[in-house]
Parts: sequence; structure tokens; C-alpha cells
Amino acid sequence: MAQAQGQQLVAHVEGQQHPIGIYLKIWGLLFVLSTASYLVDYFHFQGYLRWFLIIVFMLLKAGLIVAVFMHMLWERLAMVYAILVPTLLLMVLLGIGALEADYTFFTRGVFFLKGLF
Amino acid sequence: MTQAIRTTTAQPLPLPEGIPGIVADWSSDQRAFKNVPWGKAMMWIFLLSDTFIFSSFLISYMTVRMSTTDPWPNPSEVFALTLWGKKIPLILIAIMTFVLISSSGTMAMAVNFGYRKDRVKTFVLLLLTAALGATFVGMQAFEWTKLIVDEGIRPWGNPLGAAQFGSTFFMITGFHGTHVSIGVIFLIIVAIKVIRGDLDHERPGFMTGRKGKYEIVEIMGLYWHFVDLVWVFIFAVFYLW
Repeated sequence: MAQAQGQQLVAHVEGQQHPIGIYLKIWGLLFVLSTASYLVDYFHFQGYLRWFLIIVFMLLKAGLIVAVFMHMLWERLAMVYAILVPTLLLMVLLGIGALEADYTFFTRGVFFLKGLF
Repeated sequence: MTQAIRTTTAQPLPLPEGIPGIVADWSSDQRAFKNVPWGKAMMWIFLLSDTFIFSSFLISYMTVRMSTTDPWPNPSEVFALTLWGKKIPLILIAIMTFVLISSSGTMAMAVNFGYRKDRVKTFVLLLLTAALGATFVGMQAFEWTKLIVDEGIRPWGNPLGAAQFGSTFFMITGFHGTHVSIGVIFLIIVAIKVIRGDLDHERPGFMTGRKGKYEIVEIMGLYWHFVDLVWVFIFAVFYLW
């Protein structure tokens, strides 16, 4: 009897059950953020303001989807860290890519477009 | 020196929270991911590997875009549509974004009603998600056709500027569209399982001896939200940048 109760407790904890209201709110917020990021293009924002707004809206949307829709907010930290921390390694790849691109652009300028540098 | 701690197996052992929780979970000499069904942990690990695939694509896109000496075609104009005699920038991509976000919302609701064992609502919401996903793929097919036939954009070059535009565009959106298409197929499979009552009666699935449970709807949901998540990044760095 006690064992059955214990198992039921585990089974109950395994499912992610949350009120529907929170999904609807996040859904609405995602619509607002998508509209905002479209308006960045529509109103032709340029330069650093454009980059800043694009990145902010992108990260907010991504964060909301992962945290609420994918239930990361309610998972145990062992799980959250196992999935999210390795993605930080991508920053290294991003940095290498940027360095390599600058170098390629420079050599192309020197050899293909004489007089650019 | 030795200290015996009395424990009982009647209830599950208490799980510490925070950093001590991470140490306890990983050193527990059992499964590391507590409260997470096996299939869900595996889906997360697959999604992590898929994150690396899409990130590699997006970072190589950044690299070729930064290193090209030709001008990059303006996505705002390339993806504009003429509606009611007016040229609206990027409108097709904006509609695709809204379609995919709507499908993410219906998917989240399907997972919720699944855990409530509401078979009919879960089925309807899963089919609605699949329909929105199919709409997205259809619009993408329209977009590809427009770019290939009308604008003459090819993976190896285009009349608008940098040749790398075509190669990265077809590679990235093609891979994403494939993910959406596979997702639509699996959504239909899961929807059929739900309405047939396979999950209520714990019937084992195709190619597995594991009992059917409503957690498969949540696992399907993780994949679908991931597809939406990837689109968030593609939309931001490819179409808006």
C-alpha cells in the first residue's frame, strides 16, 4: 500500500502539469515580441539600434520558449545545466568564425581587389 | 566514525535543491535526471546535438557573410510581397513566424490536455499543430519557388549580389523545413495514438516494448518547440540582419 502510494507520487511528479493561463500569457507575449521584431524591419531601424533590438527580441523569445513551453523552469538543475551549459561552448565557435572571417576578408581585399588596402 | 542513517523506502528520498541538488543527482549511483522520464531526457540530449548542428550552420553563415567582398542582397526587399498593389517588406516571413508561434501555442495546450487525459482535446490540438506546421512548409515551398523561378537565386550564385546568399539560404531554411516536415508526420502519428486510446491503455508503440504514456505528447512537444526555437534564431539573424 505504502509502496503503491510512493510510486504514484513519483508518477505524479514526472508529468509537467501547469495552469493553462500561463501558456496563454506566454503565447500572447511571443506574439507581441514577434510583432516588435518585425516592426524593427518595417520602420527601417539601422546600425547598432537595429542589432541591439534584434538580439534582445530574439533572446527574449528563445528564453520564453525554453523556460515555459519546454518546461525548463520546472526541471531540476542537474537537467537544466546538462542541456544549457554545453551551448555556451558555441561562443568559442562564434569567436573563431569571426576571426577567420575577418582574416579571409582581409586577404580577399589584398589579392582580389587591388587597391582596397 | 561510521554513522548509519535510517532511511525508509516507503516514500521517495527527499531531493536537495540548488547546487547541492546537482551534486546529489549526478552522484546518486542511479539515473542522473530525476523526475524526468527516460524518453524525455533522450529527446533533450538529441535536441542539444541538433542545437550544435543549427548553430554550426548559422555561424558558418556569419563567417561567409562577413568575409564576402560582394554586397549582400537585402533580405527585406528579397522577401517582400506585393499585396493589394502595395509592396510590403518581409511580410511572407512575418506571417510564417506567426504561423509557427501559433503552432507552438497549440502544442503547449495539447501537452497540457494530454496530462489531463482529455483525449479529444489533445487529438484536436495535435492535429491543429500539424496543420499549422504543414501551412508553414507550404509557405516555405512558395517562397523557394518565388526565389528560384522569379528571382533566379541558386545555391552557387544569384543576380542580386554575393553568391553565398543562395547557398546559406537554401542550406539553413532547407534543413529547418525538413525538421518541420518530420515534425508534422510525427504529430499525426502521436495524434492517432491519442485518439485510438493507445496511451490510456498503455499499449506499447511501434518498434518499442515500452508502454504508451502521455509523456510521449510532451516529448513530441519538446521537438516541436525546438523547431520554433530554431526559427526564432533564423528569423533574427538571416531575415532581419
